[in-house]
Amino acid sequence: MDIAQCYAFLNTEPGPGFDWCFLLWSVMPALIKAVPISLFLLVTSGVIGNLLAVPIAVARVSRNPLLWMPSYAFILVMRGTPLLVQIYLIYYGLGQVLGGMTWDGTPMMRAFPFLRDAIYYAIFALTLNTAGYTGEILRGAILAVPHGEIEAGRAFGMSKWLIFRRITLPRAIRICLPTMSTETILLLKATALASTITVYEVLGTAQFIRQQSFRTYETLIGAGIVYIVLVFILTRILNWLERYLNKDRESPVAIPLAQTVKP
Amino acid sequence: MNPQPSLWSLMAYGDTGYGDEFLRGILFTLQISISGYLLAFMLGLLGAGAKLHGNRWLYRLGDLYTTFVRAIPELLLILMVYYMGSRAVNAVLIGLGVTERGINISPFIAAVASLGFIYGAYLTDILRGAIQAIPKGQIEAARAYGMHGLMRFRRIIFPQMIRYAVPGMGNQWLNITKDSALVSVIGAFELLFAAKSAASQTKEYIFFYSVGALCFLTITVVSMIVLHRIERRASRGVRRA
Repeated sequence: MDIAQCYAFLNTEPGPGFDWCFLLWSVMPALIKAVPISLFLLVTSGVIGNLLAVPIAVARVSRNPLLWMPSYAFILVMRGTPLLVQIYLIYYGLGQVLGGMTWDGTPMMRAFPFLRDAIYYAIFALTLNTAGYTGEILRGAILAVPHGEIEAGRAFGMSKWLIFRRITLPRAIRICLPTMSTETILLLKATALASTITVYEVLGTAQFIRQQSFRTYETLIGAGIVYIVLVFILTRILNWLERYLNKDRESPVAIPLAQTVKP
Repeated sequence: MNPQPSLWSLMAYGDTGYGDEFLRGILFTLQISISGYLLAFMLGLLGAGAKLHGNRWLYRLGDLYTTFVRAIPELLLILMVYYMGSRAVNAVLIGLGVTERGINISPFIAAVASLGFIYGAYLTDILRGAIQAIPKGQIEAARAYGMHGLMRFRRIIFPQMIRYAVPGMGNQWLNITKDSALVSVIGAFELLFAAKSAASQTKEYIFFYSVGALCFLTITVVSMIVLHRIERRASRGVRRA
């Protein structure tokens, strides 16, 4: 069935009213094709940002002012300013810097064509933002690790680094897992901001179709449906991941309710 | 000795600089944040009331609202309220015969409506949690004294709810000031819009976006200080461990 058959089936034609055929046959396929770009933004900035968050959190809990002060300032700026401002600052700001630079006589932007692609700037901004937010969360989690466990590590003669690698970090990650799931959902929603700097992810594609077709309801509602489905699936995956990482902490025997309550 | 005019001279007040534009932007940002927050608070009270009322359909309605808002990006919701909301309002107004051609919805109204709608959902869950944290005995005691619903809410529930809700509500205030930057995409002349227009006119992107970021940072830091005071005041008279 194609869009013409859809119109015939519903016995309608393209008009000013809500156009189901346009939503299902024109908007949705384009948006679904754009989903990988949204997920690419999510995964790359999520993974790199969360990895960067570890040294930031460690620096933040340090007593050395040369370490905690820059980390504190970084977290404050990332959490204290809108992500959209950060995206603009990185996209247009770096563009201003790189636009003036040359490489071997040729302008930077021509020597490295990928520098013209907005998606790398979006990833850069989202990564730094994630690093700031997760850094603060991880800091709280590191401080929440029971002191006895670290003392036990010391009693075993573990070095500082070994204690961090084997006790503090794994425990801290487990403590902040529920918060991290929420943050991941927020990051998925934040990827939509990349549409403002001409990245054609889900919202960017929807906006493009909206401006081409002048159809507001179909495009925006279509994007809304895609995001709801993505968030639903991502929530399921994150819940599963949380349970998987906490496997040894589950209650030992789970008796199904049906077996315990019998009439 | 400096032939190039300093970048800071671009921030002059008046026709030669962008100081006044930034000031107007800050004021607009604060206006839409405060108005949006008040609207969100009212929606949050309604939502929390709907979720706690006990009626299944009211609960579902409240749940639908919060789930919907949590799953859709804020930017998309703002576009939805701006483009679809204004058309829907006009369709209703024309249908009722109030106006002939429909009214123009100003970016201010659209910004306040969309921010209020979004943060209403977040405040719904915060207020619901806060009301649930109030010891049941207190509400029963108020009932035993013969207080009617409104008085119970005003004298017993509201003051205690606020104390439990203040930390969460403070966080949402910080978030709404930051998310107010998103309404620049619908042409509302707030802080980021001021920075954007100044930057694109002078090509001094780094400078103007940094100034914009600094303004937002100032709003955040001042808010944090005020919120800390409010938090202390809201829990005055509470014994500490």
